[in-house]
Amino acid sequence: MSEATLLLEACDVAKRFDSVVALKAASLRVRPGEVHGLMGANGAGKSTLVKIITGVFPADGGQIAVKGVVRSFRSPAEARRAGIVSVYQDPALVPDLTIAQNMRLAGASVDAVRKWLAELGVVRVDFSLLVRDLPDPTLRLIDLARALSWEPAVLLLDEITASLPADLSEQIYTMVKRWRERGNAVIFISHRMAEVSALCDRATVLRDGVTAGVTERAHGSEERIVALMLGAETARAVASAPSTRAPRQRSGDAQAALEVRGLRCSPLVNGISFKLYPGEVLGVAALEGQGQEELFDCIAGSRRYDEGAIFAHGKELRLRHPADAIAAGIVLVPANRLLALLQQRPIPENIALPAFGAIRNWGPIRIRAERMRVESAIGRLQIDTRAGSELRRLSGGNQQKVVIARWLASGFDTLLCFDPTRGIDIGTKRQIYALVREIAAERSAVLLFTSELPEIALACDRAIVLFGGRVVAEMPVSEADEATLLRSAHGLAPLAQASS
Amino acid sequence: MITSSEDKSSVMAVPAASNMRLATRLRRSLRRDPSLFFMPALLIVSLAITVAIHPQFSDFDLQSLAMGALPLAFAAAAQTVVVIAGGIDLSIGSVMAVANVLAASAMEKASFGQSLLLAVAVLLAGAAIGALNGLIVVLSRIPDVVATLTSGFIWGGVALVILEKPGGGAPQEFLNLGTGTLFTPWLPNALVLLVAAVGVIWIPLRRSKLGLQLYAVGSDRIAAFRSGVNIDRTRFAAYIFSGLFSAVGGLGLTMTTGIGAPLAGVYYTLSGLAAVVVGGVSLAGGRGGMLGPVMAAFVLTLIPTDLIFLNIDPNFGQVVQGTLIVVIVMIGGFVDMERNRK
Repeated sequence: MSEATLLLEACDVAKRFDSVVALKAASLRVRPGEVHGLMGANGAGKSTLVKIITGVFPADGGQIAVKGVVRSFRSPAEARRAGIVSVYQDPALVPDLTIAQNMRLAGASVDAVRKWLAELGVVRVDFSLLVRDLPDPTLRLIDLARALSWEPAVLLLDEITASLPADLSEQIYTMVKRWRERGNAVIFISHRMAEVSALCDRATVLRDGVTAGVTERAHGSEERIVALMLGAETARAVASAPSTRAPRQRSGDAQAALEVRGLRCSPLVNGISFKLYPGEVLGVAALEGQGQEELFDCIAGSRRYDEGAIFAHGKELRLRHPADAIAAGIVLVPANRLLALLQQRPIPENIALPAFGAIRNWGPIRIRAERMRVESAIGRLQIDTRAGSELRRLSGGNQQKVVIARWLASGFDTLLCFDPTRGIDIGTKRQIYALVREIAAERSAVLLFTSELPEIALACDRAIVLFGGRVVAEMPVSEADEATLLRSAHGLAPLAQASS
Repeated sequence: MITSSEDKSSVMAVPAASNMRLATRLRRSLRRDPSLFFMPALLIVSLAITVAIHPQFSDFDLQSLAMGALPLAFAAAAQTVVVIAGGIDLSIGSVMAVANVLAASAMEKASFGQSLLLAVAVLLAGAAIGALNGLIVVLSRIPDVVATLTSGFIWGGVALVILEKPGGGAPQEFLNLGTGTLFTPWLPNALVLLVAAVGVIWIPLRRSKLGLQLYAVGSDRIAAFRSGVNIDRTRFAAYIFSGLFSAVGGLGLTMTTGIGAPLAGVYYTLSGLAAVVVGGVSLAGGRGGMLGPVMAAFVLTLIPTDLIFLNIDPNFGQVVQGTLIVVIVMIGGFVDMERNRK
């Protein structure tokens, strides 16, 4: 294939942020009429490459050619004029403006955006609503419709399906295929392997800022992508890691580490009850917006509930503040890592923050004791601390590890994990689940919500399914296969009766 | 951010804005910006209290209220533009002082026609000073607070260099623009001038693309950048408008006091900021309007007046004024909290 027919070509792109090398030699060749997957572990440089292609920041080395002409864009607006548009991980919509104002701001035609929204299956959206009053999935679709309204030759989708419910993801697949049929190209970034192998014609895999290889769609491409992503040795180690876990037995008369009884929090939680035993990992499965966020917030003390009671080891808790929950040994790992961490502060300080109370209640902090706890937590989690000082320089997966590390350093009784692996690569995911198992093995209890159903079987002992703010099913992990969970999560009766 | 279910359902259920009833639209804009209701109410209450403790409230009292509030209202307007764009301008008082002494020293022996030309020159100078502030902030990446605080010292010094001690003057016709009345003694020129100046500058700006960009940059800089907004240019423009409004405020000081005073302006930086906060503009940027801060300027002017009417020790008066500002801002905060909880 000759160079001139490539829609987009990135050649040996390099980028460093201070001492951290984000990209060394990333190359990407996108043909017209293809869906091109861009894969890689967290910190491999996918997002950096996307941002360089779309002019968010300049490259230090290498070059970008569009339709055979070397270009370097100084802003996303300039890239857009050359037919390259990206939908970023977080919607690029201004919260204090209405949708219509946002469209005017970006110079998009409201009619065209409406048309594309209708194509995506979303009708009757009121464009005079403020963006900050709208739920995230809707914003994502509006962002996509706006991108499509510019009719880009190259459309970049950076983990657009990461927090979308299944039916909306389906709409996006259809749209991506249509875009390809028009002779355009789509660069598709996702951590969901099934998605990539179903949708992408080819995939470029990045590892440590270098293009590790390009795969054609063919039999066995999934394994090849994983191998390229992880590098040879890591792939072997991960493959043999988690599935050997023996199912845990729980003693019937043990006291629950956490019991939730008749919890109501209007309007989304309508009476949830369950028990969580020490040494157990209880999985929570649910579609978007079935009350799981509110449930976790209530238990973690960051939201008041209307009715019901929460017990820890048989003692009723009065949760008025996250500090109350932490004092009772209940700690939360939220989905949004940014909520839990101090972005501008060093890693050790982030880890030590909740532990300060344990080290000393008053007066100066004992620096040596702090450092020892922190270092043992960092070592245990294999956090990549090359980035050194500030937390915001870490990749998403490593930030998530820091959140868990801080609780390991301070000690806890019950760990609440809310979608801890959202937007995290497979290698880190497995490390996190191995860690969850380890925590349970030490007699702590773990309540785990995950938006990826197969992960329930990977990490949990037992699963409950939420639908419409109620527990609609409960099952041991042996029955919690994806199909059963999916049926229950849609409010359908399970094929087999849940064991009592 | 927690979105309520009411909002979620409205995404799908509410029909397009074009056929929405006026009442619905009004309710929605009040929900978005409670100060639209709160500030007029507060102003009416303050006026009612004033009339209650000072029943002989006359057209003269109204004129002095308008004259007193005029420079503060412009200081608030100047600050509002920058704060909406996510910045803060601590040089406003000094720029007002420069405009004030420039006008008073140049117009002393001028005819009315010349003084109007000089006023235009002062406005241009104000905009230029604002542009310089903007350049410092945008080019050096120094935080707005630091950049404008330090440039405030410079312009405060420049005001003293131009006019060492209070003095100068302007032709009577020019002073009348801010002190006289129009048609009836109950319509002070100061009020007309304020409404005209703010209206002529702000309303077209608010409706322009630049106005949208100001709000966008203040609300979420990254999202604005990705939407194709030039962040630096927008912030630069905000400071130009701040300088322009400050210059109008300086001219207002000249009109209402009749002289130039190099130190008179300094007070307006912080009380202007107080008016912005009381007027419901979020210091975090992106939220609020112009009506609130301008009305707040009148409320803040009424408070010391009322305290004088009540014969309260002026020194104690400042304590009362400060307390009232805190209470007003707190009520605003509670309203916001209540709204977010729903």
